[in-house]
Amino acid sequence: MTLNLVLGQALNGLQFGLLLFLMAAGLTLVFGIMSFVNLAHGSLYMFGAYFAATIATHSGSFLLAVALSAALMFLLGLLLDAGGLRVLHQRSHLDQVLATFGVVIFANELVRVVWGNAPIYMDAPEALGGAVNLLGLNYPSYRFAIIVVGVLVALGLYLLIERTRMGMLIRAGATNRRMVSALGVNIAWLNRLVFALGAALAGLAGAMVGPIMSIEPGMGEPVLILTLVVIVIGGIGSIRGAFFGALVVGLVDTLGRIFIPIWLRESFDPAVATAVGPALASMLVYLLMAVLLAFKPDGLFPVKARG
Amino acid sequence: MTSRIISRTVCTLAIASAAAMGSVAHAQMKIGFMATLSGPAAALGQDMLDGFMLGIERSGGKLGGVEVEVLREDDQLKPDLAVQTVSRFIERDQVDVVAGITFSNVMMAIANPLAESDTVFLGLNAGPAPLAGERCAPNFFFVSYQNDQQAEGVGKYATDQGFKNVYLMAPNYQAGKDAVGGFKRYYTGGVAGEVYTRVNQPDYSAEIAQLQAANPDAVYVFYPGGMGINFIKQFRQAGLLGKIPLLSVSSFDGSTLPALKETALGAISGSFWGADFDNPANQAFIDAFEAKYNRIPSQYAAQAYDGALLLNAALKQIGGNYQDKDALKKALREVDFGSVRGAFKFNSNGFPIHDMYVFEVAPDAKGRISHRTLQKTLVDHPDSYVGSCPL
Repeated sequence: MTLNLVLGQALNGLQFGLLLFLMAAGLTLVFGIMSFVNLAHGSLYMFGAYFAATIATHSGSFLLAVALSAALMFLLGLLLDAGGLRVLHQRSHLDQVLATFGVVIFANELVRVVWGNAPIYMDAPEALGGAVNLLGLNYPSYRFAIIVVGVLVALGLYLLIERTRMGMLIRAGATNRRMVSALGVNIAWLNRLVFALGAALAGLAGAMVGPIMSIEPGMGEPVLILTLVVIVIGGIGSIRGAFFGALVVGLVDTLGRIFIPIWLRESFDPAVATAVGPALASMLVYLLMAVLLAFKPDGLFPVKARG
Repeated sequence: MTSRIISRTVCTLAIASAAAMGSVAHAQMKIGFMATLSGPAAALGQDMLDGFMLGIERSGGKLGGVEVEVLREDDQLKPDLAVQTVSRFIERDQVDVVAGITFSNVMMAIANPLAESDTVFLGLNAGPAPLAGERCAPNFFFVSYQNDQQAEGVGKYATDQGFKNVYLMAPNYQAGKDAVGGFKRYYTGGVAGEVYTRVNQPDYSAEIAQLQAANPDAVYVFYPGGMGINFIKQFRQAGLLGKIPLLSVSSFDGSTLPALKETALGAISGSFWGADFDNPANQAFIDAFEAKYNRIPSQYAAQAYDGALLLNAALKQIGGNYQDKDALKKALREVDFGSVRGAFKFNSNGFPIHDMYVFEVAPDAKGRISHRTLQKTLVDHPDSYVGSCPL
């Protein structure tokens, strides 16, 4: 195992983590502030990818596709909240799980009706299609773009939450929503904006993965599961928790996938290593979550919420 | 008293309906078609259905002069649901032929009830090893292929190319292991690495970095559906496509090329059929398929179309007398139906003996991304399990 390979794998983990952060940031805000369990967050990611691929195919511009897709998802988020999800805010978490799971199934079928069963095409922009040489290892330049976008979004969210009036209201809402509402803030509109922001971030994540992954019905579910792990590890409602949780999950998942089989091969029979390695690696993040919750039941950065 | 009346009524009705069944034969031959028509793999099942229906349409809506009715069912890739559907086909609908099946796990689930019923079964895609070996059955006809055959062809190609150090990758489930096993059976060089990733893994960046470090002569993968799209996009973005030969089976085929387009240029895959085969049967198929569905047919459409051709030819040979099951089975086994793949013969286990080829992803005559035949790798290739079939 050479240094450049370890470095490359760490970059892969970082990039995967930042992608998860884009998803987790929105979900944790919606969950933490609105106390709304939105399983359909993965569907928003899927729509982001489909919108971006469609726009990129028709306009030929990747930048336009990503920007427009995120903007469309923001509008869709506003519409969804105003149109129906609003009703669910007052209901119990189980009702929300049931209803939004229904939305997941509906969204997958809708995508199938509109775009068909087969996966659709989207490629990286010309300038980012190649690879850069990283100490003898070819590293895709598009992955750097994902890292840059992830870091910029993290910075932007940090400024928004910590330095603006709206961010202050969001933080206050996460801690005590009744008090915020009693102080004359329109909490319904605050919720709506937060939900739309989450939708836009999920759409951005979907648009960014278009060039590296298959755009197909149901693509959101595997990501949603990891995103839920991230926000539980990070502490529900905390952007900082989502950021560090995402990085931890991204790094542990990526490095575990690679180094566990290697380590097993050195210590055990190769046949055993080949059989056990992948299984153990895919359990790793869940083991991590279980261990962490045993010691810190509220996650790494708990938000103290009072009703 | 009441209960006796009811039981008598039931008896009378049962006898009456049994008599009706005996005297009035089916007005037309019934085919129960089942494939995976929903979920992420629905594109495969849809191609099978389209190819099969096109084959029937091209024979004038009849098969061997017999009117046919096709009952279509979606197995949703659920073995338990498939078992229910098959028993309904056999017992309630009393179909004469069951056809289809996209996935091997579904196939294994319905194999027993099908074998016991002795209903003629036409396999249009899945060809799992046990059904070619110990559990082969005289009423099974796999017009597609045995799962390992395509991988074996690619293994032979790797040997012929003189590759000494091949890196093998597949998802961590039975079909993935079979695809690697089949490759190794005909590949004599060394293995640079053998990696099993999790099923439906979206990101392969970490594995691709390991692969680069191993510096192999070639990479061989089995990544059907979305996994293949993810893998090759990321493989190309790492600048490896074109630098390290990428060999594959069931990954960069007609079901994924529309989503890949130029991304997959140069990838090599093994199969028994390519859209550029210039035999007359294939030309007719390609023209008809493109005219009707406005896309390049995939292998899944081609083998299902072959299934319809086979039924048509067999029924013609026995004068349309589809109720004579034994005659139908004999005809299916022997008849030369003019496969779109060229030479075709059934082995004693009901699996094909046919030629294997490798293809390169390249633009076709109309500039669309398709497969170009590179070479024939194995001639008259039987499957590797026929020896343990008692038939």
